[in-house]
Amino acid sequence: MSAEPQTPAKLQVDLHVKYIQSLNTKQDDLEYWLSEHLRVQGIYWGLNTLDMMDHLDALPRDDLIKYICSCQHENGGFGGHIGHDPHIQNTLSALQVLVTLNALDSIDTDKVVRYVASKQNDDGSFRGDDWGEVDTRFCYIALSICSLLKRLDAINVDKCVEWILKCRNYDGGFGNQPGAESHSGQIFCCVNALAIAGALHHVDRDLLGWWLCERQVKNGGLNGRPEKLEDVCYSWWVLSSLATIDRLQWINADKLTAFILSSQDLEDGGISDRPGDMVDVFHTNFGVTGLSLLKYPGLKAVDPVYCMPQYIIDSLGLPRLHQCNK
Amino acid sequence: MQDGHYASNPAWADVQPIPQDDGANPLVPIAYSREYSEAMDYFRAVSRTNEKSQRVLELTAHIIDMNPAHYTIWQYRQSLLDALKVDLEEELNFIDELAEDKAKNYQIWHHRQVVVEKLGDGSREIPFINQIIEEGSKNYHAWSYRQWVIQKFDLWKDELAYVEDNLRIDVRNNSAWNHRYFVVFSHPGHGVNQATIDREIEFAKKMIKIAPNNCSSWNYLLGVIRTTGYPVENLTPFLEDLKNGNIQSPYLLSTEIQVYEAVAKKENRSVDEKALEDISVSAGIAE
Repeated sequence: MSAEPQTPAKLQVDLHVKYIQSLNTKQDDLEYWLSEHLRVQGIYWGLNTLDMMDHLDALPRDDLIKYICSCQHENGGFGGHIGHDPHIQNTLSALQVLVTLNALDSIDTDKVVRYVASKQNDDGSFRGDDWGEVDTRFCYIALSICSLLKRLDAINVDKCVEWILKCRNYDGGFGNQPGAESHSGQIFCCVNALAIAGALHHVDRDLLGWWLCERQVKNGGLNGRPEKLEDVCYSWWVLSSLATIDRLQWINADKLTAFILSSQDLEDGGISDRPGDMVDVFHTNFGVTGLSLLKYPGLKAVDPVYCMPQYIIDSLGLPRLHQCNK
Repeated sequence: MQDGHYASNPAWADVQPIPQDDGANPLVPIAYSREYSEAMDYFRAVSRTNEKSQRVLELTAHIIDMNPAHYTIWQYRQSLLDALKVDLEEELNFIDELAEDKAKNYQIWHHRQVVVEKLGDGSREIPFINQIIEEGSKNYHAWSYRQWVIQKFDLWKDELAYVEDNLRIDVRNNSAWNHRYFVVFSHPGHGVNQATIDREIEFAKKMIKIAPNNCSSWNYLLGVIRTTGYPVENLTPFLEDLKNGNIQSPYLLSTEIQVYEAVAKKENRSVDEKALEDISVSAGIAE
């Protein structure tokens, strides 16, 4: 095998479209069953990728809407699949799918707002469901849902900001709860939650920007914390955080682009966490949205705060909370 | 086709399993996913009648073992703990076993926290977490859960020593550095005095000398300085020391810049251009 660096392949749009289309047909794979609890999230990842690549019509719109609606519970929350308990994580994905398909009127959005609002704790944090898990991820999810539905009034935004700031660490980053280690995924959630809340001034942009750009390793990929392995999904978590705080140029774009492109499956489509590993729709979405932030040609512009195409956020009448995509 | 594990079990004969109804997409279960889909068919049936029994407890354990991220099953199991008055120490044993190869799963950790909260006893937790960290020294859930445990059960005493052990094994373990900060600066009722701040700064400097290109120790040093208001320019002798030892490190250079900026700010002037130029040359940025 040649040790010479190869020219990275281009983005295999057609292959990725086929890969996403094939996902629901793989009912002979154990993997299909073992991921049923996140089927709704998977649909968002797949649909978002398709829209970014301008192939939104590659999945059957009406079937998707019907399926998503069947995952909604009486209390307004969505389960990960039919018959699965509601959780705010799936609720956000469901909403993102319906917004993308211009089908928000298929559901009772007031119920969704009431469901999310009922998950806020006294200290301002959010639990994911009534099992009670608390995490900064859920603050972002709650704010994102209420923002997309223009109902930020339904939750206590200030109290939420207060709690998020307790999760800010000595290195400028954020963890999943007060005191927890800074982690790129949690940073994405906290920075963009603060953006939605109009509270970005609490972020030390140079300090955090430095921590974030230090995630880039020799091969161009990004990791989630110091000394950990690079992973394509951090192309999104890290990059979008940098975009929101206006320091996207602190990353070497060419090297990261090459890293993402070399993580594609050039035969069957899809993108994996790093070159050579098995693909999945999660990494496919974040690889493509990452490439869009890096201005890879042929992709729609993405809104770093919402991880959805910019045109959708614009058409909802929501303000751009970042300086990209001018 | 042979009857499945539950279909052939007389203890489950009274239950009519409910197959997956995907709505638009009919299911086609194939042999090697059959164990899972059969268990789920039985779960659907018993959760519909809200059955709370020992056999359902075992069923949830079976499904969790195959798919530990299935949060709906975990929630149902939690309701069973209360309904059946399950021995919570036994439940901890169940989690101990699962965690052996599923230590990066969110649900296991949340379930453990729920059980320990009900038990009101944290005596097993530090040994449990130690075991997990030994297998995976940066397991995010383990360190985060550890913080909850030491706060809840007032188990701060041995933590600084634990952090030092971990840093001795791997000075680059960012999770351990973060935990150190937590243990030193977030202990309620234990205010931080100048002696502690000095100790932490000296510790960070010592670790930097051991591994000058380790960003975690630099981040710690600068984090402590910033959050305690320690004047960064007081680091100048230490930075000189490193330079005299021919240490090459981007963190050294960036700290030098921070010192210049801090001094310039205090003296109410702009940064010495020549100084910045020297640093840029060292960094290989300029000619």
